[in-house]
Amino acid sequence: MIEFRDAIRDALAEEIERDPAVVFFGEDVAAAGGVFAVTKGLHERFGDERVFDTPISELALASAAYGAAVTGLRPVIEIMFGDFMALPMDSLVNQASKFWYISNEQGTVPLVVRGAVGGGGRFGAIHSQMHGTWFQGIPGLKIVAPSSPAEAKGLLKASIRDDNPVLFLEHKRLYSVKGPDPEEEIIPLGRARVARAGSDLTIVAISKGVPDALAAAEELAGEIDVEVVDLRTLRPLDIETVLESVAKTNRLLAVEEGPRTGGWAAGLLGAVAQEGLHDLDDAWILATDETPIPYSPTLEDAFMPTAAAIAAAVRSRLSVAAG
Amino acid sequence: MEGSRVSSEIEAGPSVEAARAAVPAEGPPDRRWLDAYGRMLLIRHFENEMQRLFLKGEVHGTTHLAAGQEAVPVGVCLALEPDDYLAGTYRGHGHALAKGTDPAALAAEMLGRANGVCGGRAGSMNIVDLEHGLVGCYGIVGGSIGAATGAALTAKRQGRVAVAMFGDGATNQAYFHECLNFAVVHELPAIFVCENNFYGEFTPMQKVTGGRDIAARAAAYGMDSALVDGNDLWAVEEAARSAVGRARGEHRPTLLECQTYRHYGHSKSDPATYRPKEEVERWLARDPLTLTRERLLALGASEADVEAVERDARATMDRATEDALAGAYPDPATERATEFAP
Repeated sequence: MIEFRDAIRDALAEEIERDPAVVFFGEDVAAAGGVFAVTKGLHERFGDERVFDTPISELALASAAYGAAVTGLRPVIEIMFGDFMALPMDSLVNQASKFWYISNEQGTVPLVVRGAVGGGGRFGAIHSQMHGTWFQGIPGLKIVAPSSPAEAKGLLKASIRDDNPVLFLEHKRLYSVKGPDPEEEIIPLGRARVARAGSDLTIVAISKGVPDALAAAEELAGEIDVEVVDLRTLRPLDIETVLESVAKTNRLLAVEEGPRTGGWAAGLLGAVAQEGLHDLDDAWILATDETPIPYSPTLEDAFMPTAAAIAAAVRSRLSVAAG
Repeated sequence: MEGSRVSSEIEAGPSVEAARAAVPAEGPPDRRWLDAYGRMLLIRHFENEMQRLFLKGEVHGTTHLAAGQEAVPVGVCLALEPDDYLAGTYRGHGHALAKGTDPAALAAEMLGRANGVCGGRAGSMNIVDLEHGLVGCYGIVGGSIGAATGAALTAKRQGRVAVAMFGDGATNQAYFHECLNFAVVHELPAIFVCENNFYGEFTPMQKVTGGRDIAARAAAYGMDSALVDGNDLWAVEEAARSAVGRARGEHRPTLLECQTYRHYGHSKSDPATYRPKEEVERWLARDPLTLTRERLLALGASEADVEAVERDARATMDRATEDALAGAYPDPATERATEFAP
């Protein structure tokens, strides 16, 4: 068994060890070992050249990572909270994601931006957001959101070896989760996985939504047989795996931690409707309210699409009486 | 730099007479100064040619011309090795040509042709030429500063240096302040070259720049800086050489404020009527091409040598235009772009 945060640290350590071009930097990641204690020991092990602390300058550190990437390094940076991704946006949207194409493929941008995301930690509106959807409409940028320790390790190692800029979203409420050790060294980016097989309903989720959907599926077992699809990446989006699942279950629920408007779930339903309408009996979205994320525990708990909320939504929609 | 200080208020800098008076008695100038003059002429011809082709509908969208600012990138690149890095701006044709980009490939890119340096995918504002160390030109004001700061992280391992070219407008962007600080604390071999042409788009620099002194901003970050007459090729080269030495040898970054002037407006749609006539005339009288020519002759170059350089530059540009215009447009039917690098 391995903890999510240790899986991330191990992936970083193994890739820094494996490839001299990999460097890792961010705010409080070296001496302090990261505000979520994810990167402890890396600086001691690899030294200033490979692992270092930066000023609180998100734009500078993202753009520095970009400039380093196009000249031959493979930087991994940490943006402490995903909410701070509003600051380095120019570098990621206008520089990193465009370079491969507009340079006519003269060079690649092997760059990973790690960030802690998600609600449930009482961090309030501006330390709890999921920034994946802010970037989902940008061609050239991969977006990865792992759901378990083993997934985190394999996907992060794949992200670091990828020659494209990758946003890597780590849910704060997963950091202390323990799970089975990874079976695969690398999990290829862009392929969803069936996390639980079922025949009546497909629930699609990413990140912490996957264990929540799995818990809801267990609660619903005996009433309705739920299949859970872990998308793993928002871009590229693996529609094929979702279509295969829906062909079997004929019902689709997309669970998104974030507002429905402009979210990934709406795009997913659109794509499934376009390609697989004939397989659909029902399709809907469970998302959050169209408000900022609240602070107070009572308000935040009610805001989040928890396992209980998912199970209740399924029962309500499919008119299944609570077992 | 001594001998080349000009006020951050808009004033003409040292005159041709002053340049002549400063001539050392060492005999004819090194060939590289003649070549640098040729490169400056090529940039001027290139910009005039792009203006002409724009009016004919061959250059599309918009374009930002750097005529009048040639001495800055050419002087800076004289101090660089070919494999050093440079990031330019949307007013970047001169940056690319100074760094070594083939003028025909650059012209073809302006025309959106498949034989362009970026296959027609980039256009005027977004040139990349990695083979010549040009890590991009940036359409967002200040973007070059971030890109060069990152290139300096790589350069530090390689014994190279990285240069950011940017305008006075960029010195009020987060990129400038964050990256100057970043470069100092991480001891990066970076050189930040501000081409202060006194106008951020249509707005006078003095109206929007607190303190009105760009070079002085470096001191707050513990960075070396110099105020340079950006129309004086020799002054730019000297300042850049000293900055390159500090960067390569000691990993100490430098801010160079090179004061210069653009002959055209901000972009193709801007006649630049906001600039006082006397100011424009004063700067036109200090055209860097005229200053460089006069200086070369004063240093002992023969009229014949100078004229040969001038003929070559003209012929190079004419060939470049011809090659560019002969190029085909990229064919959407055969374009094989992929979203991601494999």
